[in-house]
Amino acid sequence: MSKVSMKGLADWVEYRLPYRDFVRNHLTQYWAPKNFNFWYYFGSLALIVLVIQIVSGILLTMNYKPDAAKAFDSIEYIMRDVNFGWLIRYVHSTGASMFFVVIYLHMLRAMLYGSYRNPRELLWIIGMIIYVLLMAEAFMGYLLPWGQTSYWGAQVIVNLFATLPVIGEDVSVFIRGDYAISDVTLNRFFALHVVALPLLLLGLVFLHLAALHTHGSNNPDGIEIKLQKDESGKPKDGIAFHPYYTIKDSFGFVVFLAFFTPIVFFAPELNGYFLEFANFVPADALKTPEHIAPLWYFTPFYSILRAVPPFFNTQVWGVLAMGASIGVFFLLPWLDRSPVKSIRYKGVYTKIALVLFGISFIVLGVLGTLPPTDLRQILAQVFSVVYFAFFLLMPWYSKAEKCKPVPERVS
Amino acid sequence: MSADKKRRQALTLASLSGGAVAVAGVAGAFGMSLAPSRRTKGEGAPVEVSLAQVEPSKLRIVSWRRKPIWILKRTQEQIDSLQETADLADPDSENSEQPDYCRNATRSIKPEMFVAIGICTHLGCSPAAAFPQGFLCACHGSYFDMAGRVFAGSPAPTNLPIPEHYFTEHGTLVIGAAAEEASV
Repeated sequence: MSKVSMKGLADWVEYRLPYRDFVRNHLTQYWAPKNFNFWYYFGSLALIVLVIQIVSGILLTMNYKPDAAKAFDSIEYIMRDVNFGWLIRYVHSTGASMFFVVIYLHMLRAMLYGSYRNPRELLWIIGMIIYVLLMAEAFMGYLLPWGQTSYWGAQVIVNLFATLPVIGEDVSVFIRGDYAISDVTLNRFFALHVVALPLLLLGLVFLHLAALHTHGSNNPDGIEIKLQKDESGKPKDGIAFHPYYTIKDSFGFVVFLAFFTPIVFFAPELNGYFLEFANFVPADALKTPEHIAPLWYFTPFYSILRAVPPFFNTQVWGVLAMGASIGVFFLLPWLDRSPVKSIRYKGVYTKIALVLFGISFIVLGVLGTLPPTDLRQILAQVFSVVYFAFFLLMPWYSKAEKCKPVPERVS
Repeated sequence: MSADKKRRQALTLASLSGGAVAVAGVAGAFGMSLAPSRRTKGEGAPVEVSLAQVEPSKLRIVSWRRKPIWILKRTQEQIDSLQETADLADPDSENSEQPDYCRNATRSIKPEMFVAIGICTHLGCSPAAAFPQGFLCACHGSYFDMAGRVFAGSPAPTNLPIPEHYFTEHGTLVIGAAAEEASV
């Protein structure tokens, strides 16, 4: 009897809100390539980290005060007096850095296997917009503890806009809502960090998944599995996302936690890389800490900013170079002219270029955490050139190299 | 074209333009709410500082518009060091920001009394007195002399800005206004 009525209820709901249809189309009969490897963990991990950030963020909001006079103390209150407040805060701060670890590996995966190529250009662009918004989200969140690095980091980043010719100064006042970083700025960054950007991010994540499910995932071979279907219309190299990949991804999640939790419990500052030491000193508008650097996930771009000297009495060139170093990622689908998608079948030029790019990204990242010296300045300039060469020469080297033949079925 | 279709077009046009006006109006108002409020602007009023405790060669920092304002009584040696202009990017402060009455060799009203906004013109860190005859901004490595003039090769494009200021007859310094404005 109860079984019958449960079935009746399910049918009743299904008729009005076809959830079973949805589960079928997007999970149990959503065919994903059978050859996903290690690199394919990071998409689902990014989604999980987003959930971690939202849940821990909501709990932080319940005790945090977005007020220049109270913000720093409210964080200390969370750390000392709120039950498990230290855990909530460290999960959120570690989650922020791990978000970027996961996103960078997710992006590298797309670059390895040509996941941005036709017909997934929009998928890539939506992903890039998510990445840029995530940087804004992280930057604004970092002001909230109202420590010294919070304050002076925000000061430097907002001043990037002040370098724009003519309108720059007004733009930076408009962003701050004040002539210097102040309570007004803190309050509006709080609103953006907690309400506006998360809403936008969720909307874009929805679009990212909608675009992904239109043509399905790429795979390590860069072969469209939908070109080879059996009589029933199922791709021959496809397997159901659920249960096969839900199980694989939940395994990946546990491995991820094995990295995440030791940091939260034993090294939440990660020696200044996840939480900077100067940020344990309250913000002082009259004194810059001796050494300020952005958090590690911004440092490659920060290095490029510093590498460009001023000329014509303006610093705007460095700012433009930094903007270009992020903007050029958007063009990747059109810079890559290779007849094949995956690195497995691409030629030696692409492999060398990608390795050089990886090295320059890491070297620039390390340089960005260090105070500038003459030698480091030259190094940053050399590797900035390598960084841009990877993108700007791609139309030639990806076309000129000798590629391997691509098989019909995935291996 | 049928009368129905014309009426539909007119109606569509009218509602779209009505909606556009509403959106533009709201966007304008909401957008302007982000600019500094009346209270914020009011806090930018001039500040008055007593000069009683200003010792030679000791940098005093006060806050005006939440910016660090430097007050430095330069020694004769420090004033003499301003003669060396060979390595400076903008020795005559042509591209730099200062009131006309401070566009001189010492960038000040009185040669010994140096008043400047202690915010690097590069990306807004506050430099510190770091080497004998000048200031270093440690954030990105910009060097300035004892008049806040930037040395060539620094990332900062121009000299440190000098705010409007004047000295009163009873031994105080007013930052944020010029002498003639105050007398009005």
